[in-house]
Amino acid sequence: MNHWIVAPIVLPAILAPFSIMVLRYHLDLQRIFSVAGVVALLGIALTITAQASGGDIQVYELGDWPAPFGIVMVLDRMSAMMVLLTALLALPIVLYAIASGWDDRGKHFHALFHFQLMGVCGAFLTGDAFNLFVFFEVLLIASYGLMTHGGGAVRLKAGVQYVAYNLLGSTLFLFALGTIYGVTGTLNMADIATRVAEIPAEDTALLRVGAVLLLLVFCIKAAVLPLHFWLPASYANAPMPVAALFAIMTKVGAYSILRMFTLAFGPDVAATEGLAGEWLQPAALVTLAVGTIGILGSKHIARMVAFCAIASMGTLLIAISQFTPDATAAALYYVFHSTLATALLFLVADLVMARRGGAIAPTPPMPQSGLVSALFFVGAIAMAGMPPLSGFIGKLLVLDASRDASDATMVWAVILISSFVTIIGLARAGTLIFWKSHDTQAVPIEMPAENEAAPEPVAPEPQPGLAFTAVFGAVAGLILLTLFAGPALEYTSQTAEQLFAPENYISAVLGGAE
Amino acid sequence: MSLFLIAALPFLGAVFPALLIRAGRNAAASAAGLTTFLALMGLLIHIPSVMRGDVVTARFDWIPRLGLNANFMLDGLGFLFALLILVIGLLIILYARFYLSREDPMGQFYTYLLLFQGAMVGIVLSDNILLLIVFWELTSLSSFLLIGYWKHLPDGRQGARMALAVTGSGGLAMIAGMLILGNIVGSYDLSVILQNKALIQASPYYLPALILILLGAFTKSAQFPFHFWLPHAMAAPTPVSAYLHSATMVKAGLFLMARMWPVLAGTDAWFYIVATTGLITMLLGAVIALFKDDLKALLAFSTVSHLGLITMLLGFGTKIAAVAAIFHIINHATFKAALFMTAGIVDHETGTRNLKRLGGLRHLMPITFTIGTIAALSMAGLPPLNGFLSKEMMLEETVHTTWLHSHYLVPGLALLAALFSAAYSFRFVSHVFLGAQREDYPTHPHDPPVGLWLAPALLVVLVVLIGLNSAALVGPLIAVVTSAVIGGEKLPYYSLKLWHGFTPALYMSVVATLGGLFLLALHKRGEQVWNALPRPEAKVIFEAIIDALTRLSRWITDEMHNGVLSRYAIIFVAFTVGLGYYAYSTGTIGVETRVPLPAQIIPIIGWICLVGATLGIMWFHRNRLLSLVLIGVVGLIVSVAFNYLSAPDLALTQISVEVVTMILLLLSLNFLPTETPWDSSAARRWRDAAISVIAGLGTGALVYAMMMRDFAFPTISEFHLANSYKGGGGTNVVNVILVDFRGFDTFGEIIVLGIAALIIFALTESVLSTNVRSYLLNRKPHWPQSGDSHPLMMVVATRVMMPIALMVGAYIFFRGHNQPGGGFIAGLIVAIAYLMQYMASGYTWAIERQRFYYHGTIGWGVLIAAATGLGAWFNERPFLTSDFGYLHWPPLEEFEWATAMLFDTGVFLAVLGAVMLALDSLSRFAWQPGMAQEFPMDINPLRDSPPEQEQEKEQA
Repeated sequence: MNHWIVAPIVLPAILAPFSIMVLRYHLDLQRIFSVAGVVALLGIALTITAQASGGDIQVYELGDWPAPFGIVMVLDRMSAMMVLLTALLALPIVLYAIASGWDDRGKHFHALFHFQLMGVCGAFLTGDAFNLFVFFEVLLIASYGLMTHGGGAVRLKAGVQYVAYNLLGSTLFLFALGTIYGVTGTLNMADIATRVAEIPAEDTALLRVGAVLLLLVFCIKAAVLPLHFWLPASYANAPMPVAALFAIMTKVGAYSILRMFTLAFGPDVAATEGLAGEWLQPAALVTLAVGTIGILGSKHIARMVAFCAIASMGTLLIAISQFTPDATAAALYYVFHSTLATALLFLVADLVMARRGGAIAPTPPMPQSGLVSALFFVGAIAMAGMPPLSGFIGKLLVLDASRDASDATMVWAVILISSFVTIIGLARAGTLIFWKSHDTQAVPIEMPAENEAAPEPVAPEPQPGLAFTAVFGAVAGLILLTLFAGPALEYTSQTAEQLFAPENYISAVLGGAE
Repeated sequence: MSLFLIAALPFLGAVFPALLIRAGRNAAASAAGLTTFLALMGLLIHIPSVMRGDVVTARFDWIPRLGLNANFMLDGLGFLFALLILVIGLLIILYARFYLSREDPMGQFYTYLLLFQGAMVGIVLSDNILLLIVFWELTSLSSFLLIGYWKHLPDGRQGARMALAVTGSGGLAMIAGMLILGNIVGSYDLSVILQNKALIQASPYYLPALILILLGAFTKSAQFPFHFWLPHAMAAPTPVSAYLHSATMVKAGLFLMARMWPVLAGTDAWFYIVATTGLITMLLGAVIALFKDDLKALLAFSTVSHLGLITMLLGFGTKIAAVAAIFHIINHATFKAALFMTAGIVDHETGTRNLKRLGGLRHLMPITFTIGTIAALSMAGLPPLNGFLSKEMMLEETVHTTWLHSHYLVPGLALLAALFSAAYSFRFVSHVFLGAQREDYPTHPHDPPVGLWLAPALLVVLVVLIGLNSAALVGPLIAVVTSAVIGGEKLPYYSLKLWHGFTPALYMSVVATLGGLFLLALHKRGEQVWNALPRPEAKVIFEAIIDALTRLSRWITDEMHNGVLSRYAIIFVAFTVGLGYYAYSTGTIGVETRVPLPAQIIPIIGWICLVGATLGIMWFHRNRLLSLVLIGVVGLIVSVAFNYLSAPDLALTQISVEVVTMILLLLSLNFLPTETPWDSSAARRWRDAAISVIAGLGTGALVYAMMMRDFAFPTISEFHLANSYKGGGGTNVVNVILVDFRGFDTFGEIIVLGIAALIIFALTESVLSTNVRSYLLNRKPHWPQSGDSHPLMMVVATRVMMPIALMVGAYIFFRGHNQPGGGFIAGLIVAIAYLMQYMASGYTWAIERQRFYYHGTIGWGVLIAAATGLGAWFNERPFLTSDFGYLHWPPLEEFEWATAMLFDTGVFLAVLGAVMLALDSLSRFAWQPGMAQEFPMDINPLRDSPPEQEQEKEQA
C-alpha cells in the first residue's frame, strides 16, 4: 500500500501539534524540527513527483471507502508539481524566517507555518470538492495567524480586512458546493465530472450557477479583479517571510481553477459552456493592468511587491483562461516562476525594510547595500520578465500560446505594455532606494522619522549570513528553472495533456483502481 | 574555440573583477582584459573559415518546445561586429583603468562592462531570434548599470532610467515582432528565416512584424524620435560612452537591420520607414550637435547623426548601399571611439568638457591634439581618412535615390547633414585645441600618461591606414560581411578608393567641407538664433511624463484600494450576483419536481422570529450588546429548526456552538466601545442595503429553486445510509459520516478549530506585550460593575452542575456512534461545564486550579486523531480506515468497540482545548493586579471572618 500521497498532509499535521505541545517553550527546538519537517516534506514531494511523472494517476481512498462515497486523494502530474513547488518555496522561507528572527516576534510561528503547508498540500492533492473546502479553511485560518504574526495596529487592521474578505469567500464556497451537490448529488470531483457531462440540456441553470460561484471563489484566492481587494494591504502588512509564503496561496486559486475547469467544467462540456473563459480572460487582462499600475504607483516596497504578485497572477490567468493545452503548459511553467520570483522579492523587501524602512524614497545608505541591491536587481529582472531569467521564458511562452486566441492583439499589447510599465516602476524604485541614497544632495542628513510611525522593528538580523543564504536559495531556484526550462516545459506540457484528457483521471478515481 | 565559449566567456569572466578588486585595481583590470583577450583569440581562430564564407555554428536545444534554442552562428556580419566589440572592448578596458579615479568602485565597473560585452557578443552570434532577444534585453539591463554607474549623480540615474525605458520598450516591441516573424516562417532560427524572403514578404503579418522589429532597432540605435536617450546616457563615465556609443550598444540596432536585411529589406515599406527615419535622424543629429557646448553631448548627437546615416543606407535596400553601410560601421567605430576617448582625456586633464571654457590646448596637449584632430577630420569626411571613403559612398548612393518621385530631396538633405557634420567636426577641433591659450582652465592641462592615450592612438592609426589603403586592409572583410548581409547573393561592383574621378559625390563633399568651414565661422551668430528658438528638452519632457504617469498610477491605486472594507465587499457581492445571474440566464432551468408542503403554524412563527431578529440586527447593529442578543435569537431559531426538521445532531451541535460563541463574544464585548460609530453616509447605506437585498433575494431564489427539484442523479448519501451500520459500525449516520466516511474532513476541521484558538492566543500575547496593556489596566468599565461579582448562589449552582454536565458530556460522547451526539458536541458540553466555573468564580481563581494546559489538549486531540488514522497503515489500509467489533466482558453486557471512538476522542479533546484556550486568552485581557482571590465566592461560608474584618485585620 502506497501511503506517500497522504504524507505531505499527515507530516505537518503531526509536526505542528507536536511543536505546540512539546516544544512550546523551546524556540531552538521548534526551529530544528520545523526545518527538518520542511526538508522531509521536500523529500516526500520529490518522491511523489517521481511517481507521478510517469503519467500514472494514483488514487488514495481515505478510510478505505470507495470513491465517490469517501474522500480520495489523487496524485497526478499537476498535483505532484504543485506540492513540490510548495516544499521548494517553504525551505528558503523557513530558513529566512529563522535567520531574520521573524519567528520570534510572536507565538507559534512554526506550528502555523506547518499547518499552512498542510492546508496547501491538501488542497493540491484532494480529489473531493468538499475536502477542498476543508483544506481551504485550514490554509486560510493558518494564514490569518501568520498574517497577523508579530502584531501591531496596522498589521492587525489589515488582518481584519483579510479575514473578513476571505470569510465572504468561504461562505460563497459553501453556497457553490451546496448548489453543485444539490444538482449532482455528489462531492467527488471525478464523479461531479461524469454527472456534469450527462446532465440533461434542459436542466443546466442551477449547475451553471454552482459552477460560476465556485469559479468566483477560486478567483478570490487567485486575486482576479475585481475580487483582489484583500491582497494589497494584507500582503504589504504581513511579515515579509509570510507574504513570501503567501505567494503559493494565490496559486492555490489558480490550481483549483485549472483542476475543476478542466476536469468537471471543461471547455468541451456543454452544460457549463462559456462560464470560465469568456469573462476570465478580460478580467485577467485587467488584473495585470491594475497590478502593473500599482507597481508604478506604490510608495512602499512591500506594497509594490504585493502589486507585483497581483500582476503576475494576471499574466498567469491570461494563460489559464485560454484553456488550451499549450497555454496551460505555459501557465504551469509560469506558476513555478511567479511563485519563486514573488517570494524572492518579498524576502528582498524584508532585507531592505530591516535596514532602512520600506519607503520608496531616498534615505541614508544602508549596510550591505551592494548585496541587497544586487538581489533586488535579480528579483526585479525576474518579476519584470526580462532576460535571462525564467520570467522572460514564461512571458514568451504565454505570448506564444496566446497567439491563436481570439483577442491575441489585445493580450499581447497588455502583456508587453505592462512589462514596460513594470520595468519603469521597478527601475524607479530601485534607483530611489539603492542609488539615490548615495547622493548626498538628495538625502536628508537626519532621518525624518521623529513623528512618523516607526517602521518595522529595525532589529539587526541575528544571522544575516543565513538570511542571505535563504534568499540566494530562491535565486538559485529561478536560475535552475531557467537553465532547465526545456525539461520543465516538457513536464508541464505532459501535465497539460493529462489535464485535457480528464477521462483518465475519472477512470482512475471511479474505476476502482488501487 | 566553440561559439558557446566565446559568448559565455565575458559572463564567466564578469565574476572576477568584482572579486579581484580586493587584490587591487590592476588585478581587476587584468582579469577583465584577459577575459576579453581570450574571447578575441577564440574569435580570431575562426578567421579562415569566415573568410572562406563558411558559417560556423554551435547548437544546443534549450527549450525546443518554444523554439528558443541556444544556437549560435558566426558568419561575416557576426564576425565583424564581434571583432569590433572585443577589440574596442579591450581598448576600453585599458583606457578605463587609467580613467577611473580611486574613489570609483572599479571592480563593479569591469563586471558591468563584461556583462555588457557578453550580451553584445551574444546578440551578434545568435542564430535564434529569441536567443537574440535574450541578449538584446541583457544589453539594456547591463547598460542601465553602466550608465547609472555614478549612482550619486542625478544625471546618471535619470539617464540610466531613460535608456532602460526607451531601449527596454523597444525590446518588448521586438519580442512581439520576432514572435510574429517566427510564426510566419515556422522557426525561430535565423538560418531558416533568412531563407524565406518570399514567404515573409508575402505574409499579411509582414508589416506589423517589420514595424515592431524596427521599433526595437530604432530605439536601440537612437533613431528619431527615440534618439533622446542617447545624449543623456553621456552621464556615464567616458569609457562607457566610448564603448556604448561607438561600437556596441547603438550599433546593435544597425546590426539587427543588417541581419534582417535579406528578408525584410527591398519593400516600399522598408524603404520609406527606414530610409526616411535614417535621413531625418542624420540631419537632426548633425544640426543639434553643432550647437552643443558639452563635448560629450556634441559627440553624442554626432553619433545619432551617423547612426541615422547608416540606417538610411540600409534603408535604401540596394546592395551597394549595404556595402557603404558596412564600411561606415567600421569607420564610425574607429573614429568615434577615438573621439570619445579624446573627449575623456580633455575632461580628465582640464576638468571641464565645456567647449566655452576650452580652446588653445594644442600646445599644452600635443598628443591629444593629434589624435583628436585626425579622428575629427575623419568624422568630417576629409581625405585621406576612412571617414571620407564611406561618406563618399553614402553621398553617391543618395544621388541614385528617389523619394516619392523627388530626385533632389534625399541628396539635398544628405548634403545638408554632411555639411553640418563637417561643421561640428571642425568645431570640435577648433574650439578645443585651436585658438588662443587660456588662463582659466580649471586645472593645469597636460598630456595624459600613455595608458590613457594609447587606446585612442591605436584607433587613429587604424583610421589613417584604412583611409590610405582600404582595399587591402578591410576589403576582404567588407566583401565577406556584405555578402552575409545581402544574403549570399552576388556582390555588386564597388571600389574602395580615395579617388573616383569627378563624381557628384566629390562635388558634394567639397561643398560640405567648405560649407562646414563657413558654418563654423558663423557659429556665434548661429548660436544666438539657435538659443532663441524654442526647443523641446527631451529630459524634462520624459521626466514629466514619467512623473505624471507615476502620480496617475498612485492616484488610481490609492483610490481603488482605499482600504474601505465595505466597498470591497459590495463590489464582491455585486459582481457575484451579476455573474450568478448571467450563469443562470444562459442556462435552462428544469421543471419543478417537488410539491411544496403546506405552511404550518410553528414554522411560520419561527420564520417570523428569524426574519424579525435579522431585521433587528440590521437596525440596532450599532448597539453591540443588543445585536449580540439578536444574533443569539437567530442561532436559537436555527437550532430549533434543525430539530424540527429531524436533524437532532445538527441541533445539538448548533445549540452548544451558540452557547460557547455567545460567551466568548460577550467576553470580547467587554473591551470594545458599546456602540459602533456612524461612518457612512445615508446614501451609501441605502445603496448597500439595495445590493444586499438583491443578493439575499438571489440566494433565497437559488435555494428555493434547489428545494423544488430532485437531485438530477442519485446521491451518494444513499450509500452512506446503507453502509453506516454494516461498514462503519454505527447507526447514527451523521456521526459515522463525521468520524468515518468523511473522517478526513473532520480531521481538517478540528485542526481549523485548534488553529483558531492558537491564533487567539498568539494575538493576545502580542497585544498584551504592547502598550495596549496599560490601556487595559486603566480601563473604565462601560457599566457600573456588580458589587457581587462572584455570587454565592451562582458558585454553588455551577459546582452542583459541574459533575452533571461532565456526565452529560460523557453520555453524549459514548452514545454518539449510534444516537445523536459524538465527540464534537461532547467537547462543547464539557467546555461549557468549565466555562461556568470561570464565570462563577473568576478567571484568576479558576486558572490557579487548572491542572493541564490547553495547548496540550488541542495537541493531544489532533495527535490522537492522527494516530488513529495512522494505525490503519499497520494493517495495510489507507489513512483513517476504521475498524470495529464487539466485546463481551462478563458480567457486562456485550458492547461495541470501534477505532472511530478513538478518533472521536481526538475530536473531543481538540474541541475542548480550542474553546478553553480561546476563553483563557480572552479572559487575560481583563486581568488586573490584585484580582487574585483566595476564595471561590465573595461571601464564603468557609471563611473564618467576613472580608471587612479581614481587611481591618490586615491594616492593623
